Amino acid sequence: MHEAGIAASVLEIAETEARKLGATTIRVVKLRLGDFSGVVADALEFAFEALKAGTLADQARLEIERIPLTAWCSTCQATRQPQEELMLWCPACNTPLEVMTGQELDVEYIEIDEPERGREPWSASA
Amino acid sequence: MERISVETKVLKKNDEFAAENRAVFEARRLVVFNVWSAPGAGKTTMLERTLKELDGRYRIGVIEGDIQTEIDADRIRSAGAPAYQINTSRCHLEANMIQEALTKFPIDALDVLIIENIGNMVCPASYDLGEHARVMLYSSTEGAEKPRKYPKMFYRSDCVLLNKVDLVPYTNVSVEELSANVLAVSPKAAVFPISCRTGEGFSAWIGWLTAAVERQREAFHVSGGARTNPGN
Repeated sequence: MHEAGIAASVLEIAETEARKLGATTIRVVKLRLGDFSGVVADALEFAFEALKAGTLADQARLEIERIPLTAWCSTCQATRQPQEELMLWCPACNTPLEVMTGQELDVEYIEIDEPERGREPWSASA
Repeated sequence: MERISVETKVLKKNDEFAAENRAVFEARRLVVFNVWSAPGAGKTTMLERTLKELDGRYRIGVIEGDIQTEIDADRIRSAGAPAYQINTSRCHLEANMIQEALTKFPIDALDVLIIENIGNMVCPASYDLGEHARVMLYSSTEGAEKPRKYPKMFYRSDCVLLNKVDLVPYTNVSVEELSANVLAVSPKAAVFPISCRTGEGFSAWIGWLTAAVERQREAFHVSGGARTNPGN
């Protein structure tokens, strides 16, 4: 159950990027999450919702794109997609497979309200 | 609304700390192992016996991770090796915790550092600590399905010790089944059945461990990480 720590890191990364741009409201945080990342999407969403209060992302929606596990057979020179019953051996030639995708845990992008550029507290409001 | 590309690994900070740890280890030619298992699989008992079997061949230090108590560090000290206990409310060790431990635990006089992670079958797989190899303990009393339920931990392990094989007659599993299930998800792992009580299998495990230490030392040598001044 390290999803709380992961959610805290996601929020920190999103806030850091938003602050760089002077944004005060994050609307979307987009995450790429591999099926072989060891992170449970439901638990991560729950933790994100619990921890976002009081951050720039307190209005934000967490979008999670699941990345399936794919593996490479160096003998067949082919990509294999191990199914539910995980076997990291090539079904055709029994060579050990190398995991290619499925270990992702990345913040891909954020969506923010555009900061009001050039507008200072003393600017005329018209 | 404006979309801003971020493209950042969520565990980037941990990976950066791990890279710094690895540089510290390389500068000292210190070979580091990260030891994983479920709670109660016998990590500390395995380390006690391993220290005894190595009989001073390397200067070994141990960093212990637990939620509470110094019990495991005390056991390691009693077995004749220096030990540092990390207590954390996290369910796994992170690279910055190791970095902090290294400021308090003298590693300059060590050849090998063993990090005994917190008993957990999920999270440790995601957190690089800067180690050179990962060793997993999987005990016969845990049942045959563990590798299928927690594949990532097994996949990321360089060596899997099937512990408590002396208890196999009292379970409904066989060593062959345990071994096959490990290899299904971790085709390249070295798998050794052992018993910390009887000592069965320890010569093979010690053989793997010493070969791993020597291989890593050779890698240090090639990469120019040889220590010229032990004081630095």
